[in-house]
Amino acid sequence: MRPIRYLELVCPAGTPAALRTAVDAGADTVYCGFRDATNARNYPGLNFDVDDLRAGIAYAHQHGRRVLVAVNTFPRAGETAIWHRAVDNAAACGADAVILADLGVLDYAAREHPTLRRHLSVQAAAANPLAIDFYRAQFGISRVVLPRVLAVAEVAALVARIGVEAEVFAFGSLGTMVEGRCYLSSYITGRSPSSDGVCAPAEHVAYREQDGKLFACLGDTVMNCFGPGEARSYPTPCKGRLVTNGEPSYLFEEPVGLNASAILPQLKDAGVTALKIEGRQRGRAYVGQVVAAFRAILDALADGRPPPPEAAQLHALTEGGQETLSAYRSGWR
Amino acid sequence: MSEHPPARLTLGPLMHHWPAERRRDFYFRIADEAPVDSVCLGEVVCSKREPFFAEQMPAVIDRLRAAGKEVVISTLSLITTERELAAIGELAASGLPVEANDVTAIRVLAGRPFIAGPLINLFNEATLDFLVRAGAVRVNMPVELSLPSIGVLAAHNPTGQTEMAVFGRQGLALSMRCYHARAYGLHKDSCQYVCERDPDGLPADQLDGRGLLAVNGTQTLSHGYLVALAELDALRRLGVSHFRLAPQAGVTAEGLDMVRVAALYRQVLDGAADPAAAEAALLAMLGPVAPINGFLHGREGMAWVPAGTMH
Repeated sequence: MRPIRYLELVCPAGTPAALRTAVDAGADTVYCGFRDATNARNYPGLNFDVDDLRAGIAYAHQHGRRVLVAVNTFPRAGETAIWHRAVDNAAACGADAVILADLGVLDYAAREHPTLRRHLSVQAAAANPLAIDFYRAQFGISRVVLPRVLAVAEVAALVARIGVEAEVFAFGSLGTMVEGRCYLSSYITGRSPSSDGVCAPAEHVAYREQDGKLFACLGDTVMNCFGPGEARSYPTPCKGRLVTNGEPSYLFEEPVGLNASAILPQLKDAGVTALKIEGRQRGRAYVGQVVAAFRAILDALADGRPPPPEAAQLHALTEGGQETLSAYRSGWR
Repeated sequence: MSEHPPARLTLGPLMHHWPAERRRDFYFRIADEAPVDSVCLGEVVCSKREPFFAEQMPAVIDRLRAAGKEVVISTLSLITTERELAAIGELAASGLPVEANDVTAIRVLAGRPFIAGPLINLFNEATLDFLVRAGAVRVNMPVELSLPSIGVLAAHNPTGQTEMAVFGRQGLALSMRCYHARAYGLHKDSCQYVCERDPDGLPADQLDGRGLLAVNGTQTLSHGYLVALAELDALRRLGVSHFRLAPQAGVTAEGLDMVRVAALYRQVLDGAADPAAAEAALLAMLGPVAPINGFLHGREGMAWVPAGTMH
């Protein structure tokens, strides 16, 4: 494998083409999932079948990079075999690790594939040393993807006390709710992030014009409303406008994207091993630009050079053109 | 229904932040009058609220136990600080029955018996097997599960103790950010405990005025109340043994009488009341808040499937 420079750059691939793009743009590691409910980005036109995965892993390994396979949803009762087969297939294709969240799937992978590295998905939302130690002791996880709820100082305090690697989110779309235990989408649409691998699926999205305004809906539920010329955002439940005490507001979070590229030295000092770029649902061009920018920033940091021009380009790639440090910033709560 | 184990009624943990005296008086009345078998105490949502009730807790536990109720302490559902970790350790050492809402508590209990709370992600048989091996003696179903999924799990559960929520606002999401503070222009660290102003949650409505959610500190709840009286028989047949009511203050001027709510559920479980008549009585008590039961019927959670239309 190619040596890691500064921090491991873990990049999304929703398609085999995006995987090759991410590798070419400088990803150290690419993560992807199968074309079914076993992963948290189960959207039409995305993801890999077994042959895709085998070819993608071969391409990445030829270039000295790693591939992680997300099997990070929670199997529905009576359907665990589908999730177990996904783990078996990831192992058979030569994946470098699987990213898991469900206790039963973790248990299966640890018993049946003890030599396959196991990463704890953000969907497990392990946010303290004892919870992480529970997963390490029970299932031998090698890495935890930390939930997007911790400030940088808390990340540092946590990493110092866990005997496994820590991966944190650095860029992309983010919800404000604790991952893996959010039922907002299924409450409104009947489709669940936990077991269907989808949040606010596109087939439920409807835009309706009324009185010169555009209402963004999920099914029959109004999630937002835009006046003429106002920037539109996708009607994700945790980024909608709701009315409390008579006042409409972005109650949970404004439609912003995470961009932690300015605090990478602090994250490295905190003991973080790897940076995760969110966005398996994004196109190949987006993936290529974000990965290339992070590659340039990490190489500059490794060489002790000032930030490269690519750092400024990330801003334009954030969701809605608005960026946040989210929970990394104290005061966000 | 002699082929089924006796149906137990559980009063789940109070999700909201009520003043300590109101909370104490509520539980005293539950102890004295409510036909519930088990009562969950403990703060599930926000550790900043915990100190307020600590002084009343021993008297409440004593009163409930004297009345023959099982007392269970439910844990926080998101644990991040040293203080919260220490509190879990103290709880584990106390010997009180613990309902774990996060794997942290399971780790601390280290093989001792526990109840898996509704915020443990228990969706399938393999996870159930693991939890039972880890010491689970009773398991709660997550709110999202449908009747068929509950049936698969209840049939698979070797402890025979499977619990499902059947009344009250449904917990839909958790966060580190306090939306109650945010709605009042504050931050979590200087929240002034504004969640106390909304004893049944702060309604978060759609832009056209229709109800959608209710904010409760860092937790987001359904706006509608789960009402599952008509489903009690089906749940029992599927093997559910424990039926959970969430304490609610109600949205009407006179408030909601949880003793009466518990009595309605008890009567239906005992075959002493017709489910449809009990449902009509309950809906009349709720006032303008919408009933919901969509998750149980495999639909969006906010849907309401009236008894007459169930297949």
